Amino acid sequence: MLTIWAILIDGLIYASWLFLVAAGLTVIYGVMRILNMAHGSLYALGAYASASSIGWYYANGGDQLWIAFALLAGCAIVIGAIAGLIMERGVLRLMYGRDEVLMLIVTFALLLILEDLMKLAWGTTPYFAYQPYAALGRFNFGVLSVSGYQIMVIGVSVVVGAILWFWLERTRTGKILRSIIHDREVSEAMGVNVRRMFTMTFVIGAGLGAIAGGFTAPIISVVPGIGVEVIVVAFAVVVTGGLGSITGAAIGALIVGLARAASIHTMPQLELFIIYAVMASVLIFRPNGLFGQATARKI
Amino acid sequence: MMHLQKSEVLLIVAALVLGLSSFISPDWLVFTSTLAIAAALVVMGVVMLMRAGLISFGQGLFYCMGGYAVGLGGRFLDVTDALALIGLGVLATVALAMVLGLLLTRYREIFFAMLTLAFSMILYGILVKSHGLGSTDGFGVVDWSILGYQPAQGHESSTALWLAIVLALAAALFLNRYFQSSLGLACEAIRENEVRVEYMGISRRQVLYINYVIAAALGSIGGSLTALTAGHVDPTMAYWTISGEFVFIALLGGTGHVAAPFIAAFIFILVRTYAVELFPNSWQLILGVVLLLIILFLPKGIWSLFTRKRRAEA
Repeated sequence: MLTIWAILIDGLIYASWLFLVAAGLTVIYGVMRILNMAHGSLYALGAYASASSIGWYYANGGDQLWIAFALLAGCAIVIGAIAGLIMERGVLRLMYGRDEVLMLIVTFALLLILEDLMKLAWGTTPYFAYQPYAALGRFNFGVLSVSGYQIMVIGVSVVVGAILWFWLERTRTGKILRSIIHDREVSEAMGVNVRRMFTMTFVIGAGLGAIAGGFTAPIISVVPGIGVEVIVVAFAVVVTGGLGSITGAAIGALIVGLARAASIHTMPQLELFIIYAVMASVLIFRPNGLFGQATARKI
Repeated sequence: MMHLQKSEVLLIVAALVLGLSSFISPDWLVFTSTLAIAAALVVMGVVMLMRAGLISFGQGLFYCMGGYAVGLGGRFLDVTDALALIGLGVLATVALAMVLGLLLTRYREIFFAMLTLAFSMILYGILVKSHGLGSTDGFGVVDWSILGYQPAQGHESSTALWLAIVLALAAALFLNRYFQSSLGLACEAIRENEVRVEYMGISRRQVLYINYVIAAALGSIGGSLTALTAGHVDPTMAYWTISGEFVFIALLGGTGHVAAPFIAAFIFILVRTYAVELFPNSWQLILGVVLLLIILFLPKGIWSLFTRKRRAEA
């Protein structure tokens, strides 16, 4: 019984983190049909930005928790959005209309570039930003002890998901974006400025990736290579749920998160394996993921 | 009697020149050449799939299996013959590819790319967790012999180079004919329009399946050669960025000719050797920028430089 509770809580914590990481990836794919391999690097960029800003704040005698959180989120969003803007305007713009799979290689090139730029900017020594994590303390559920920070991440994830849902389903911009998702050419013919929408989507998606990194920074030590590790897991989540679907990303994150927690508490050696096993078994039966839509064949 | 084509004669001559030059070239160059040929073998597999429109971000899976087959075969089965070790790797890889191929040939584009990536990451995850095999450090490969000949001290690298040349030449000659066969041509047709290919009575899944399995075998041979040359295997061979490098080399060379992967691999390995020493923290940056430039300005790879010139002369 205790194990089941532990699995549920750990699974939920991991799932909320997964959703944060995967949301930007799926938004960008949904609208632009670009699977952004550099998403992990944006995540790492956000983590570096928040870790160094929080480190700077506490080193200079700051002790207000809310300012620390404002810095964490603010720096991550700003740097992610700027990086996204540069990537879209500087590189991706030149490649529109090419094969989807070629775009994958283009974003792989961006990943390589970003990884080294981050090494040049922040060096290879780890950064720590444990203060917000420590400040929120721990909560006890019976014998289980959960850190307050991780419960807060669940909240952040729910808020981000809700905002995204509202934006896509209840606003004018969201409606325009959905029309692009549905049929790009027709929406262009109807007067939608698709290029501007692409830029906006990419900037928002990049910002989402950076926020995920920003909120992860206090939990981990920020070192080179964290972005490269994260992209594969994020992809597994997004594909399980169906590429391009926010609901899919949420469900995918829950499934993968619970499966991983179950594996850690029962068979720890299968941890990494289980994520891909879930993805592969979903794809065998539903090649487009749980919420993905099949596309028409070209004849 | 089969007539040799011009490019086949050139391949054989190039192989002989490279092999003979190993007697006078410095040791590091012999070592680098062997690594480049090994990488080129893996890349030939990537190119085979690329011709059919599929991009594999997981060729590291087979590369790593080939490497570990050499390592494990020497360690647990007491096999020391290089050819037997390579054969062991190919057997294991082909068996796995025949199973995975059933699933993977159903997917295209990014799904194929990312699923192959996921499978190679599974192997990486398993190897990292297997502490008996050195976890992330990997382990050393036994001293090997070939057909009873034990290379003398200091001659291992040139022996490995000759072995690599012979295997690569065989693979290149085979692929050269394969690309011109009806099966090989069907690959390009699948890339253009697979529904029409089906209408012509060719099973696209069968074609892709055969391609996938051959590509896996090539990847395994490349991995085994790397392990024999470097004398060490570790799980990073299956890490997805290694597979990304193979895709990079494949794009650099282009799919125009079987020789293209070799030229591209030589350039890649040489540049990497220097760049990693001179700019250890910006080597990937250079790689990324070059990759973008190739995609923008040389979408058919370096090989298109040769053909463009020839066309201008004609």
